[in-house]
Amino acid sequence: MTVLVYLDHEGGVIRQASRSAITAATKLGDVDVLVTGPDAAAAAKSAAAIPGVKKVFAVTDTTGNSELAEPVAALLAQLAGGYTHILAASSATAKNVLPRAAALLDVQPIPDIVAINDAETFVRPIYAGSALATVKSADAKKVITVRASAFDPAPAEGGSATIEEIALPAGPGGSTFVATELSKSERPELESARVVVSGGNGMLNEENFKLLEPLADRLGAAIGASRAAVDKGFVSNEYQVGQTGKIVAPELYIAMGISGQIQHLAGMKDSKVIVAINKDPEAPIFQVADYGIVGDLFTILPQLEAELDKAG
Amino acid sequence: MSETPRETMEFDVVIVGGGPSGLAAAIRLRQIAPDATVCLIEKGSEIGAHILSGAVIEPRALAELLPHWHEEGAPLNTPVTEEQMLYLTENGGIEIPLLDRVMPHMRNHGNYIVSLGDLCRWLAGRAEELGVEIYPGFAGAEVLVDDSGRVAGVATGDMGVGRDGEPTGNYAPGMELRAKYTLFAEGCRGSLTKQVMAMYNLRQGVDPQTYGLGIKELWEIPKEMHRPGLIQHSFGWPLDDRTYGGAWMYHFGDNLVSYGFVVGLDYPNTWLSPFDEMQRVKLHPSFRPYFEGARRIAYGARALSEGGIQSIPRLTFPGGALIGDTAGFLNVPKIKGTHTAMKSGMLAAEAVGEALATSRVEPGSYTRRIKDSWLWDELRTVRNIRPAFAKFGMKGGALYAGIDAMLLRGRAPWTLHTRHADNEVLEPASVSPKIDYPKPDGKITFDRLSSVFLSATNHEEDQPVHLKVRNMSLWKTVNWDVFRAPESRYCPAGVYEVADEATDPHLQINAQNCVHCKTCDIKDPAQNIDWATPEGAGGPNYPGGM
Amino acid sequence: MKVLVPVKRVIDYNIKPRVKADGTGVETAGVKMSMNPFDEIAVEEAVRLKEKGVVSEIIAVSIGEAKAQDTLRTAMAMGADRSILVETDVVTEPLAVAKVLKALVEKEKPELIILGKQAIDDDMNATGQMLAGLLDCPQATFASKVEVADGAVTVTREIDGGSQTVKLALPAIITADLRLNEPRYASLPNIMKARKKPMEKITPADLGVDMTPRLSVISVSEPPERKAGVKLDSAAELVSRLRNEAKVI
Repeated sequence: MTVLVYLDHEGGVIRQASRSAITAATKLGDVDVLVTGPDAAAAAKSAAAIPGVKKVFAVTDTTGNSELAEPVAALLAQLAGGYTHILAASSATAKNVLPRAAALLDVQPIPDIVAINDAETFVRPIYAGSALATVKSADAKKVITVRASAFDPAPAEGGSATIEEIALPAGPGGSTFVATELSKSERPELESARVVVSGGNGMLNEENFKLLEPLADRLGAAIGASRAAVDKGFVSNEYQVGQTGKIVAPELYIAMGISGQIQHLAGMKDSKVIVAINKDPEAPIFQVADYGIVGDLFTILPQLEAELDKAG
Repeated sequence: MSETPRETMEFDVVIVGGGPSGLAAAIRLRQIAPDATVCLIEKGSEIGAHILSGAVIEPRALAELLPHWHEEGAPLNTPVTEEQMLYLTENGGIEIPLLDRVMPHMRNHGNYIVSLGDLCRWLAGRAEELGVEIYPGFAGAEVLVDDSGRVAGVATGDMGVGRDGEPTGNYAPGMELRAKYTLFAEGCRGSLTKQVMAMYNLRQGVDPQTYGLGIKELWEIPKEMHRPGLIQHSFGWPLDDRTYGGAWMYHFGDNLVSYGFVVGLDYPNTWLSPFDEMQRVKLHPSFRPYFEGARRIAYGARALSEGGIQSIPRLTFPGGALIGDTAGFLNVPKIKGTHTAMKSGMLAAEAVGEALATSRVEPGSYTRRIKDSWLWDELRTVRNIRPAFAKFGMKGGALYAGIDAMLLRGRAPWTLHTRHADNEVLEPASVSPKIDYPKPDGKITFDRLSSVFLSATNHEEDQPVHLKVRNMSLWKTVNWDVFRAPESRYCPAGVYEVADEATDPHLQINAQNCVHCKTCDIKDPAQNIDWATPEGAGGPNYPGGM
Repeated sequence: MKVLVPVKRVIDYNIKPRVKADGTGVETAGVKMSMNPFDEIAVEEAVRLKEKGVVSEIIAVSIGEAKAQDTLRTAMAMGADRSILVETDVVTEPLAVAKVLKALVEKEKPELIILGKQAIDDDMNATGQMLAGLLDCPQATFASKVEVADGAVTVTREIDGGSQTVKLALPAIITADLRLNEPRYASLPNIMKARKKPMEKITPADLGVDMTPRLSVISVSEPPERKAGVKLDSAAELVSRLRNEAKVI
């Protein structure tokens, strides 16, 4: 079996999530990869260095067309002939392109897999992670996106794949790339942040809640809040993490003074690593936290910042 | 806001509330007056979303309304096959022998264990087939009265009003549903009913209504422990002799168990927490084995009327009538109100049908029809039992109930009365014994918030608080200083919390947790809390089986 | 200009789905169902385009069991002019749904098809893209802003870390993301009026589409519960563990 993985990169560096997709792909067979974009040459080099990759297809394109789903989906469909599986990390780009490619191949895609049982059978979350479905595909080819947090990333170095430059086919037309604008805000969006620092009732008041900002700055984190903190007016509604607020699944979630009511847990329990700091050793948050500190958060907060500065 | 003109629609009859009484009335109306236009509104997001009951039901009224209910697939699937009444002590208990003689009203032969929500969903389907227009997700927020003083319908609440009372970008004004006759079927302690009672002085000359709070959980239990058709009731532990109440457990459906606890809201001890009583009874050896390895599916709570016929208000007024438990037709010793609610709805529909034909202002024949029916006989027979518990305590009350049933057969020449409303009998914190409740174990017993989570309660967050405290300083001097915030204990949904207890105690209201049980409106000692309808579709979303 | 808006009936977003004890799926009996929230946003966008005078007719379509007509009534109460119910009891997969929609697009000839970016039940996030692929027409997924002018539509799309703008020739496919708009309430007067709007009922077979799913569900289970980790004594130890053990900072 051979697998084609469509990789995301940033300025020629392969994203970690895509390296996780490569790990998933190696469980299925030999791995070839595809990179596109203006920096495709650099991206191809870094892709070729990932152990397990046999061959890299590179599409260098400066027209912006590689940003569009239409030609990239057409390219994937064109390349698909030689492969049993087409994979990508679940990202906005992959979700834009892969289902379209699947339609061209008359295949029902399998998004967001978290486990591979065999070449046909995969596990994926449904209902926003409230349930896990094990599904078996009857399609001859599988088009799959991979939940990166479920697979360890492949190492960035150590491999030596061959590189082949190919051209982007003409898409159906009608679609023109205008511009990309990366958000300038210092603080990432709550729902897509890699790190989230959240405060709860234990922050006591609006002024104290602001004490989370320096910590969030150091970690490049978004700031969230429990419903208790929102109800008491420490922060506005849009910060609320939980069943009735935003559902987040960052790599690191730090809960400061949050007791961990089930409504809150429903909004963050899929985070990769959970840290809880709370003065109540019985707080339910500790039942889901990977690391916990029992203590006064106003004492621990400055210590945490100092430690991050020290080693960072 | 009120400047925005509201749209108006005219109907012959508008029914407020999609429970058993409202739906039965709607169905009966279209049966007897097929040309009458009937509109039913329901504040829940769908029919059944706010319905909470045990429930063991007597199919008598259903059979009168829809004789072919069985063939038509009404969800009455588990007949009662076995029943037990348990008197509990802390670690043990005895089963009351000869139950059908001592407590004949508990005889459940021919009755069914049902999900009342599912039954209402089914009734709504029948009503729609008959041409009733049903609109869930819209709360009756205002009673419309015409110049002659006749109730002329209701208006639904405005949608999209912000927490500050100002319209948001999504503002949609309420709608006037004008009707020749309006039936209030809001269930126990209806908020519009309360206004109508005041407007027309409907409670004059009757006993104060007295209430209970029922808190329920739905469980899925291991197959080997499931005994479909078994119903159990308990009294005694953990309540003291001055507090009316007990647990129920019904096995039905697909490995489902309905478990719940009712506490009479005339309880005196301000430290009592109905929620925690309900939780700890699950740990009693009579019940615990059923919960081992089981899964809790849903949670909810609702007040019920316990006053009986002594507390039933005047039932009609110009332009309408009260039906179901908002009028107080529950049969307390039987612990059943569905058949009486449905019957009252059907009789009101018949009276309205007659009034429509004769253009009478008040559907006055409803009261006579009630008094001529089996419903009245039934409630009259049991009228002294619940008041006896209030008067003589739990043990004395049980003794009286036995005597009433076996010797007097309900025909006592006297009638016992309720003298005080439930809010008047609470005793100060200083003289009430504190109660030490066990901490939740997270497997069989739980805290309030994880419970509310299982009621799927949701309210649009940006809206005015629908629990209106009339005078906040009264909260401090009465609720806090004297009773130590009983609302933080009787509310089964954690709506009321005392903040800054040590320094500057004040009341925090988490209105979006509210499961619409109405207990605060009933039990607040100073009657200082008004339960108003929140934005339509808010509140619990009880699932099928509940 | 005509707009087609497909809408799906799903378990209401406020309800926590419960996995059936036998592991065959998620309990839907007696569970509150509503329009998929992203589809509400799609309907709202179509209605706003109509209010701006850009759009002349909005057709809502739903593919699913008979009760999906409730969802179509809601769409019409929000402002859709008419609706089509494609009735089937089969599990609806994006590929099959896209084929049904393709057939309807060929029949109705809308210039714009606005879909929700994903259904909150199966979380597939695929139907819009697949429909675009089958129709060989341009697509703009995860839209946060839509402007129609001079026979083209300019769409701002949400991408990881920012936004992207694309311009599409018509006919085109757009999928709606959360921030595109805040959908209006279906008001009671409009719900009453929607009862009188036309609803056409057909089946996939009428359109020549085979709905047989390609994915078979082997089992559905609850996600594993998180376990309590370790309690640490100091901020120093926490930072060290996060850096060296969990490798998240």
